[in-house]
Amino acid sequence: MDKAIKKYFPIFALPTLLAFTIGFIIPFILGVYLSFCEFTTVTDAKFVGFKNYIRIWGDGTFIHSLWYTALFTIVSVLAINILAFAVAMLLTKGIKGTNMFRTIFFMPNLIGGIILGYIWQLILNGILAGMERTLTYSSAYGFWGLVILMCWQQVGYMMIIYIAGIQNIPGDLIEAAKIDGANNRQLLRHVTLPMVMPSITICSFLTLTNSFKLFDQNLALTAGEPSNKSEMLALNIFNTFYGRNGWEGVGQAKAVIFFILVALIAVVQLKATREKEVQA
Amino acid sequence: MKKKLLSAVLSAAMLATVLTGCGGNDSSQTQAPAADTKTETKADDTKADDTKAEDTAADNAQADAGAASGSGKVYYLNFKPEQAGDWEELAAKYTAETGVEVVVQTAASGTYESTLKSEMAKSEAPTLFQVNGPVGLATWKDYCYDLSGSEIYGQLKSDDFALKDGDEVKGIAYVVETYGIIYNADILNDYFTKDYAAVKSVEEINSFDKLKAVADSIQENADDLGVKGAFTSAGMDSSSDWRFKTHLANLPIYYEYQADGIGSTDAIKGTYLENYKNIWDLYITDSVCAPSLLSSKTGEDATADFALGDAVFYQNGTWAYTDLSGNGMADESLGMLPIYIGVEGEENQGLCTGSENYWCVNKNASAEDIQATLDFMNWCVTSHDGCDALSYIMGFVCPFKAFDDYPAANPLVNIANDYVSSGKTSVAWTFTTMPSENWKNGVGSALLEYAQGTGEWSAVETAFVDGWASEFAASNN
Repeated sequence: MDKAIKKYFPIFALPTLLAFTIGFIIPFILGVYLSFCEFTTVTDAKFVGFKNYIRIWGDGTFIHSLWYTALFTIVSVLAINILAFAVAMLLTKGIKGTNMFRTIFFMPNLIGGIILGYIWQLILNGILAGMERTLTYSSAYGFWGLVILMCWQQVGYMMIIYIAGIQNIPGDLIEAAKIDGANNRQLLRHVTLPMVMPSITICSFLTLTNSFKLFDQNLALTAGEPSNKSEMLALNIFNTFYGRNGWEGVGQAKAVIFFILVALIAVVQLKATREKEVQA
Repeated sequence: MKKKLLSAVLSAAMLATVLTGCGGNDSSQTQAPAADTKTETKADDTKADDTKAEDTAADNAQADAGAASGSGKVYYLNFKPEQAGDWEELAAKYTAETGVEVVVQTAASGTYESTLKSEMAKSEAPTLFQVNGPVGLATWKDYCYDLSGSEIYGQLKSDDFALKDGDEVKGIAYVVETYGIIYNADILNDYFTKDYAAVKSVEEINSFDKLKAVADSIQENADDLGVKGAFTSAGMDSSSDWRFKTHLANLPIYYEYQADGIGSTDAIKGTYLENYKNIWDLYITDSVCAPSLLSSKTGEDATADFALGDAVFYQNGTWAYTDLSGNGMADESLGMLPIYIGVEGEENQGLCTGSENYWCVNKNASAEDIQATLDFMNWCVTSHDGCDALSYIMGFVCPFKAFDDYPAANPLVNIANDYVSSGKTSVAWTFTTMPSENWKNGVGSALLEYAQGTGEWSAVETAFVDGWASEFAASNN
């Protein structure tokens, strides 16, 4: 049987591999190549070396959006995970209507980012209109609007993962701790948290990369207004590529840097949280 | 053995599905307009029954139709969302008449350049597209077919409407437009009868000071006149901000060019920026909404403000007619004033007239497609159906010979013509020389921040003057 699997492995893996190559590897290599080129449309590019990477720094919006994105990522990762964990704790206590609550909390995650962005734009503009302001009045409104939006969208999803983690804690472990006289706080700190560490790893990885790569919600909610001040990295790259003639290659170079950044952060984060995981 | 065969067949089938999935053609383009097009069906299509001028123009069409019987097809990437539906109807008519496939796609407001950029990279690239003038041409000139020998070039009334690069004709203006301050004549006439009226007739509004006096007193007595403000919301959403960062900014640039006797520059001085500030202040102060709300006000909001009679003045152009009449504005209640910014001698200033709509043919398309496209363009501006649709359904003024027989039905166009015939000097469209889209965005953002009080006017000056130099350098390096 093992032999048969080995023998037919290429046949079964080939379609997927092919799709992966066409859909990911080729565009990726092409993308990296284009970051060293000057072009108007991607089909006729002229090689210019590192010029695009140098021109990035002549564009002040990149650094701003880098900090803006970093700040947003920190705030939203903390907010989403703390909220999701709290909700998960509440919904594993066996209160009435637990299943209904879980379903409702999960539902926003089923709505696409662009639609969510417009929904929240209407809601938030409606609230701010009372003060004669709009979301794009200042980048702070856009920032907190995005945080609220992302919490609303992601808390339910992360909650499901945390619930699964909490339910996997063996009952005897908690019982033993209780017999030893642990109070609720000690129970949370020394039993629950270490035991759900795998969930924390996954959730923080998902929220971290999601927040860093955020695009559609940003586009729909503020589109970077005012003055590109609420523009996050992904949107900045898009705007550089499509919004400025002659800057297509620079946009591409930014995208390569962006990829390296996201990969680096994800690896560091995974390593850091993995180390804290324990075996029951 | 059987098993082996089965698995081989199965995997081949899977492979085939994957490949067809990837190699799917772009046929979806031919169906239904893209989601971002704004399709408007107009009830007054019956106008198309006009029989006049059918003789010569129709004959031409017949001849062209014969020539266009090749295998080529046309893909037109339309710039004007206002006329998205009209172009699709006209394309369908052409296909019915000649059998040549014409696909029309319309880019959403403010996204033409990005749509064009991604469409041009496709194997089924647009065969007919637009550039907005010399600056737009600089980006796309390597893709433009030389139109100097084409029939449509021969149809142009004047060489002024051709966009040239050296000896080659790269673009042909197909519509000439005019903008100014559109006013609601009904409300304004009512205002002239009041005792607080600053002037007694619209002819007396011939300078910035008069305009300001009128707008201020309308704003003050808004309740009495039944309006919410003098001007519509000066929305800075991308569907509307071009009215200010591009069209309004044309005036200080135009006057600076006039004063310096130039037609373009690599470094603007901003001589008339103070005037720009005055008119912008007027727009945002005497308005239907608070300046802090401008960032999310759209073009449709402004149209609604005006069409519902909430505002008297609305800065826009002849192209707004279809939207206004679609919203129930009667032709006779529309009037247009020049945009006065307080420059000496502006009593003789007319409306702003020019074109930023140049048709270009994609050089990289196949020979048949290029021929089909040229035939289609020619049909649009010579045949009865084409001329009728362009002038009466879309409300365009087209600089081609055949259009002499199709006097404009758009009242705003007739108003613009009246200004010219009464000896006023039209303001040229100098904004086609603005160094880049990014410059416009910079000025727009600064205008908005100044309006809502989160920025200073000096930021507008910086974006205008310093931004011009740096953007000019960035796009010409």
